[in-house]
Amino acid sequence: MTDTKQTSDTPVSGNTPTHAIDIEVLSRGRNMRQIADETPCLKIQGLNLFYGQKQALHNIDMVIPKQQVTAYIGPSGCGKSTLLRCINRMNDLVDGVRIDGKILLDEQNIYDKSVNVADLRRRVGMVFQKPNPFPKSIYENVAYGLRLQGVKDRRTMDGVVEDALKSAALWDEVKDRLHDSAFGLSGGQQQRLVIARAIAIEPEVLLLDEPASALDPISTLKIEELIYELKNKYTIVIVTHNMQQAARVSDYTAFMYMGKLIEYGDTKTLFTNPHQKQTEDYITGRYG
Amino acid sequence: MGTGNISHHISQQFNEELETIRHKVLTMGGLVEEQIENATAALVSGDVEQAEGVISRDYQVNAYEVAIDEESIQILARRQPAAGDLRLIVAVIKTITDLERMGDQAEKVARMAIHLADMERPKNQYSELEHLSDQVRKMLRGALDAFARMDAEAAAGVAQEDLKVDAEYDAIMRQMITFMMEDPRNVRRTLDTMWSARALERIGDHARNICEYVIYLVKGKDVRHISLEELSKEASD
Repeated sequence: MTDTKQTSDTPVSGNTPTHAIDIEVLSRGRNMRQIADETPCLKIQGLNLFYGQKQALHNIDMVIPKQQVTAYIGPSGCGKSTLLRCINRMNDLVDGVRIDGKILLDEQNIYDKSVNVADLRRRVGMVFQKPNPFPKSIYENVAYGLRLQGVKDRRTMDGVVEDALKSAALWDEVKDRLHDSAFGLSGGQQQRLVIARAIAIEPEVLLLDEPASALDPISTLKIEELIYELKNKYTIVIVTHNMQQAARVSDYTAFMYMGKLIEYGDTKTLFTNPHQKQTEDYITGRYG
Repeated sequence: MGTGNISHHISQQFNEELETIRHKVLTMGGLVEEQIENATAALVSGDVEQAEGVISRDYQVNAYEVAIDEESIQILARRQPAAGDLRLIVAVIKTITDLERMGDQAEKVARMAIHLADMERPKNQYSELEHLSDQVRKMLRGALDAFARMDAEAAAGVAQEDLKVDAEYDAIMRQMITFMMEDPRNVRRTLDTMWSARALERIGDHARNICEYVIYLVKGKDVRHISLEELSKEASD
């Protein structure tokens, strides 16, 4: 049996776990969180997206809280990746896409004509399902974004690369071979390298599109651990097919179906007592 | 969460696992009900053989508890149930603990029946215990029905019955104290009667617990440690 008392060797990291319960009041439902109580980072308002004639997103309204992990779940083709890509305007690159509605990042509409898309993508980083390191050294992969920004000082660069690799929990594994090709790393290491590359330029938001679905279980756990650490600094939005993963890593979960946002709320509630039948059917593996 | 919901998983095997576990809980409940009935009958009639039968059958109740626990753990490990499925498994694990304890209380009543068998029988033939036993068995049956039909409001109704059981138990206690004061030679028999009444009253408490798990299962609300009025309100919301 586990001892409930906190001992000195209890790991205390990042988000300090609290073992104390509120004895004065029964905790029933009190640990459930509300999006409304969080500081908003992104506000998606009345977002519709069309691929040609076909409407892929229907009137999405949601607030994504700052420095929390928000997960999108839903069956294939429900629009979760499409919605994620809207947040850094990746869909602009797709032919025949039409978007109306707003996405506010710190109260500014990212679809406003005055917005510089390159600048937006610096603030909103993205990591894809398959790790995509550049055909360069480990060091150069992380330094790439900074070089684009015109950073030349070697010492500054070294510091940023080391910090980014440390934040991505990769430093200890690569510090002795920084100038080797990134392709020599394992899939899980490559994915963490890509995350290091994304955070080297200090974005505000990190978009993760199925970041662990091509990885083995141990690498997956490392990425999940990393997500938990990173939310201290970044707002994280993740798309995942793995519901248990969403349940493990996220603070808030949004369930999408056929391009609509069906239910969005506290992850604890969504996985134990969802309000919508469609959500319940999906997360329990039922056909509707 | 309704009963129809259990059988709609994409995985047919998972449907069967949940259905099996639900049936086993109901069978275990039926067995416990029978144990209480037989223990009470043995006590009322002074039938030692019947009482011994109850004692020797308690292992069956225990075996159900162990088997259902094991299946529940398998489901947790292999299926990682969520939402209503998760609540079903949690409710099952808790319910069988209470059922097993009810079984122990029935065994206790059977032991008292053996003690009391060779003592002088009271004029009323333990009718007050018989009545209390009827009450708590009705509660147990109601709780199991509510579990089977996943009916939160019915569960709340059954939980209310615990008030009557408690009142009846208090009345028996007062009566027994009077007996003991009247004639100290009654003390031993009266104490055994009190222990039996106590065991039956505890069965009522366990039945109420099961009702609370049913409300949790159906509504996703934790209704433990609140007043019965609040419990009814939560169950019908």
